[in-house]
Amino acid sequence: MIHSLFLVNASGDIFLEKHWKSVVSRSVCDYFFEAQERATEPENVPPVIPTPHHYLISVLRHRIFFVAVIQSEVPPLFVIEFLHRVVDTFQDYFGVCTEAAIKDNVVVVYELLEEMLDNGFPLATESNILKELIKPPTILRTMVNTITGSTNVGEQLPTGQLSVVPWRRTGVKYTNNEAYFDVVEEIDAIIDKSGSTITAEIQGVIDACVKLTGMPDLTLSFMNPRLLDDVSFHPCVRFKRWEAERILSFIPPDGNFRLLSYHVSSQNLVAIPVYVKHNITFREGSSQGRFDLTLGPKQTMGKAVEAVLVSSQLPRGVLNANLNASQGTYTFDPVTKMLSWDVGKINPQKLPSLKGTMSLQAGASKPDENPTINIQLKIQQMAISGLKVNRLDMYGEKYKPFKGIKYMTKAGKFQVRT
Amino acid sequence: MTDSKYFTTTKKGEIFELKAELNSDKKEKKKEAVKKVIASMTVGKDVSALFPDVVNCMQTDNLELKKLVYLYLMNYAKSQPDMAIMAVNTFVKDCEDPNPLIRALAVRTMGCIRVDKITEYLCEPLRKCLKDEDPYVRKTAAVCVAKLHDINAQLVEDQGFLDTLKDLISDSNPMVVANAVAALSEIAESHPNSNLMDLNPQTINKLLTALNECTEWGQIFILDCLANYTPRDDRESQSICERVTPRLSHANSAVVLSAVKVLMKFMEMLPKDLDYYGTLLKKLAPPLVTLLSAEPELQYVALRNINLIVQRRPEILKHEMKVFFVKYNDPIYVKLEKLDIMIRLASQANIAQVLAELKEYATEVDVDFVRKAVRAIGRCAIKVEQSAERCVSTLLDLIQTKVNYVVQEAIVVIKDIFRKYPNKYESVIATLCENLDSLDEPEARAAMIWIVGEYAERIDNADELLESFLEGFHDESTQVQLQLLTAIVKLFLKKPTETQELVQQVLSLATQDSDNPDLRDRGYIYWRLLSTDPVAAKEVVLAEKPLISEETDLIEPTLLEELICHIGTLASVYHKPPSAFVEGSRGVQHKRLPGSAGSGESESPDAGSAGGVSEAPPAVIPSQGDLLGDLLNLDLTPPTATGPPPPSSGMQMGAMDLLGGGLDSLLGGDLGGSPAMGSGFGGPPAAMPASFSAPVSGGLDDLFDLGGGVGMPMGAYSPPKTIWLPAMKAKGLEILGTFARRAGVIQMEMTLTNKAMSVMSDFAIQFNRNSFGLAPAGPLQVLTPLSPNQSIEVALPLNTVGPIMKMEPLNNLQVAVKNNIDVFYFSCQYPISMLFVEDGTMDRQVFLATWKDIPNDNEAQFQIKDCHLNSDAASNKLQGSNIFTIAKRTVEGQDMLYQSIKLTNGIWVLAELKVQAGNPNFMVSLKCRAPEVSQCVFQSYEAVLKN
Repeated sequence: MIHSLFLVNASGDIFLEKHWKSVVSRSVCDYFFEAQERATEPENVPPVIPTPHHYLISVLRHRIFFVAVIQSEVPPLFVIEFLHRVVDTFQDYFGVCTEAAIKDNVVVVYELLEEMLDNGFPLATESNILKELIKPPTILRTMVNTITGSTNVGEQLPTGQLSVVPWRRTGVKYTNNEAYFDVVEEIDAIIDKSGSTITAEIQGVIDACVKLTGMPDLTLSFMNPRLLDDVSFHPCVRFKRWEAERILSFIPPDGNFRLLSYHVSSQNLVAIPVYVKHNITFREGSSQGRFDLTLGPKQTMGKAVEAVLVSSQLPRGVLNANLNASQGTYTFDPVTKMLSWDVGKINPQKLPSLKGTMSLQAGASKPDENPTINIQLKIQQMAISGLKVNRLDMYGEKYKPFKGIKYMTKAGKFQVRT
Repeated sequence: MTDSKYFTTTKKGEIFELKAELNSDKKEKKKEAVKKVIASMTVGKDVSALFPDVVNCMQTDNLELKKLVYLYLMNYAKSQPDMAIMAVNTFVKDCEDPNPLIRALAVRTMGCIRVDKITEYLCEPLRKCLKDEDPYVRKTAAVCVAKLHDINAQLVEDQGFLDTLKDLISDSNPMVVANAVAALSEIAESHPNSNLMDLNPQTINKLLTALNECTEWGQIFILDCLANYTPRDDRESQSICERVTPRLSHANSAVVLSAVKVLMKFMEMLPKDLDYYGTLLKKLAPPLVTLLSAEPELQYVALRNINLIVQRRPEILKHEMKVFFVKYNDPIYVKLEKLDIMIRLASQANIAQVLAELKEYATEVDVDFVRKAVRAIGRCAIKVEQSAERCVSTLLDLIQTKVNYVVQEAIVVIKDIFRKYPNKYESVIATLCENLDSLDEPEARAAMIWIVGEYAERIDNADELLESFLEGFHDESTQVQLQLLTAIVKLFLKKPTETQELVQQVLSLATQDSDNPDLRDRGYIYWRLLSTDPVAAKEVVLAEKPLISEETDLIEPTLLEELICHIGTLASVYHKPPSAFVEGSRGVQHKRLPGSAGSGESESPDAGSAGGVSEAPPAVIPSQGDLLGDLLNLDLTPPTATGPPPPSSGMQMGAMDLLGGGLDSLLGGDLGGSPAMGSGFGGPPAAMPASFSAPVSGGLDDLFDLGGGVGMPMGAYSPPKTIWLPAMKAKGLEILGTFARRAGVIQMEMTLTNKAMSVMSDFAIQFNRNSFGLAPAGPLQVLTPLSPNQSIEVALPLNTVGPIMKMEPLNNLQVAVKNNIDVFYFSCQYPISMLFVEDGTMDRQVFLATWKDIPNDNEAQFQIKDCHLNSDAASNKLQGSNIFTIAKRTVEGQDMLYQSIKLTNGIWVLAELKVQAGNPNFMVSLKCRAPEVSQCVFQSYEAVLKN
């Protein structure tokens, strides 16, 4: 099982270590540092690194490497999933997951890690349960603790730990009972030179924020459940009911959680919200290149495309770019060769464009590589797959909750080749 | 008000200050102090000096303080075992606490304190906790058994905890079941053959029930455990599959992959014409695709496993090609894996799409990835015959870009395409030749040379092209040199008239000026072929080459089967059998897929009636690891047992001579032959064949001897190899070794085995001072780095001119071996017989005088028991090890052999060996001026005579 954990920051320092079995010398991380050196970018450090006696499994989140050390055969996904859970927990507890935040709360971090694993076996990883065991630090509580001398460790066994609904504690009470659901879809797409779609898929999630008193039993039904043929559920969802009736029936955890994530991959269901007209050319023997880019809305069902951000890694030979944006601002970093253009909202009447020239090193030959354009965008009040919630009902409790459903579409990995 | 304040006290007297605070009367101050201690501990500072003070804080009702002290204890108990005992009482008391949280915490912490003395006290509380009324305590106790087993396995077995743990599989609480399974699995890993997880339909049913209700992590343990079960028939298999399928929709990817493993394995048992089989196949695709939209680290592991799944059941993902298309900002490790799977999925139906993508990748920024993409185009051509033409034209397009590394890769793969489809695409050769000058990588140069040689008859200026390479022959890498040699010989066979000079040139370059034995050998072979029988040469050199197989990179089927049973594990990420690399998994049982229904396996005698008949399961072939082990075993078995009686020493010596002589003449012939050969191509010197044929057998023997190690009875006795340095002690380096005296040279013969995961290199060896001044006569010859699981035989010649220090025992030798990882030390004992020199025959008169001269106190007598030799045979045998009989006397049926031995340092040992016919017990009397050696010499007598 998981032996030890090391946290390594961007500059390659180990700033926290935790051992669940015998102590493993931190020199084991030297193998990790070697791999880090070999990789050009931090993202390229391989996630599984063998060493003579251990395996190092790492994830990179928030510019911190979480390096787990294992000694025997352990499913790597198990370790990676667990590490992600650690990051999520830190974020949940401290608001951000940074080196500073971890160092500021080092004792809580240590208590958390001790509670999450026992001898390398996961113990309590549900945020609900952890919060009952170890109270998250807040300014108020810290002050109260200092004055009263009380602690942030719970005295009672968390009720959820062993019940049939381990994700929910009992005795939840709210004055305002509310349940909000966000349907968020991200479009991953690759568009080729000529503008035709090579691949397009939607990664959707339904995130919930449920603050309901007692033990509510919810059902959520969709107008078009047939869209959801590839889904991953939160453990609270009753799978049999879904199989039979295509209805989500569940006792929700308390607070924020991800109810389900889904995947729409058949291409005719994936609408492409924007198009890009581009002309990026270099001529042989000339030290100048042309850059010409225009964006326009495509299939948006009348909704506005907002928060558009275009970025592109220009070829290494480009020294500078002298461009003119019809709206928004652009920046070009001559070191990383990263061009990014903050477009904002797309006005269908007056399409945003970015035009001008790029200067190349004098006498250098025409760059070999074609830059890829990366697009980020947001469309409010629409799920691009067309998914719609039909109704949300609550059983098991008497009161009437507030209910709300929000839709949003974003670009995930949306790439246009040139 | 954050914890960072705990880091600020870095003053000198920090520990001192903390000590004072820990002993403070105020509770609050105490707690703050413990927090500071923990903070220092987390960043690796040594605060173990505070142990007694921190343990004093343990008696408290404050749960947080208690937890903090427990944290501290777990970290430092090992270094302060005596102090840790002080904490035991509190633990035992806490295990009785009314609060289950405290009971669980206490038993959990006790298990983490890895001190033997404490474990004794742990047993009773643990036994109680395993039967606790509160499931939270039970599940914590279950894990504690695994911890305890790790510290003291015997104790766990003696106390019967394993049985209690097995009982917990039937616990009413699913979390307890999951933890019991997890603990048992971990224990089973170190006990490969024990039948800990006794899986039967009842337990399987229990597990499946618990599966629905336990946490995600518990589900992983249970699924991994289920995967070890072999269902009795296809019906049971189907029902398990049905109950596992919902796990495919779990949000935790590890659960999904473990479920995939169970399904992939049990599917083997389902008849293919069953409707459910098709349904299951369809259900497997979406979760696998979903894994690819997760974080890159998850994607990587998923892709490695998908690679296996695609090889075993390509039908699952055949329509999902597009999800493997590469995004430009994927990490490189994801890109390369996706590329590999794209090729595996490539078929006639999707090849156009794939090629368009690959061409796109060839213009990316990352050079490594571009190269792989170009190679992938070649692999597509070889895999999908219909697409070959398209691939070739794509490659030609890429060559036109003139991007140097693209051109080179393209040429390498075009060579493969030529081999797969001979006489089809030769029209492109002209284009390739245009790029000859831009090739600077050995592989590309070698590929181009191969093409020129292979198609020499179609390239008008082939001789000029090859000649241009020949100019810098010695600067080329071996790969290019070998290829050039072959290509020119091919050219000569095709156009003999105009290229005679060229071929002479290359042959003499290869045989005379090169110090690479491979190159020289190949040069000689060609030379002899060409000179003796040009027709045969043609048949050999221009023989029809076997077509390269469609997918040379496929994983061998038995290994693939095993890996499918290990989906989701490290083995599946590395595509190696689990036994090959995970430390601590001693002798893991090889798993294999169950046979499909109706294949008549013993487990499913009634399956035949089920009707489904499909492919028979392939026979189990021992995996490479086993094979290697077997070979090593062969190497290690002493040769005597069943063989013919050992030949007399005279014959052995003869064999030695023959061998040595043969070797010499081979070398001589080699050296002498070359210039003579250079003189005239038509007729090689007559000496060559003679010197070649005669020593061939000797040479062969010698080769065999290298491989067989001690397998050949040689003149001097050399003990079988023993383990000098176990891999556990040397970060994966294992050394087996022995000493031998061969042709007057003392050798240390070792087998170095790399049992670690990384390549080892930079080997060196050193001896400590020793009794006879043994020292390496040269550096340790391990030229090539030792890759994982590889072994190498090394013979290290020794001399006796090193520094001297008397050792205890006398023949002890302390050795240090260094490699790129570390320096390792071991000691071994050498048989003193290897220090017996060849000129150890003493004149009879001198013997008599010396015998009398040495005081009787120095005489030592020994008995050698159970030696069934007559005196002559014994004498011969001893002579092989340089123990010389100089006189023999027979008195009353008793043979007295007088023998002399001379050691490398000039010490003489005189011996009297009494052999009585019919009595297997010999008597030896040894006399020596340095009586210390007698014991060692006697051991040598015994060893030599009995082997």
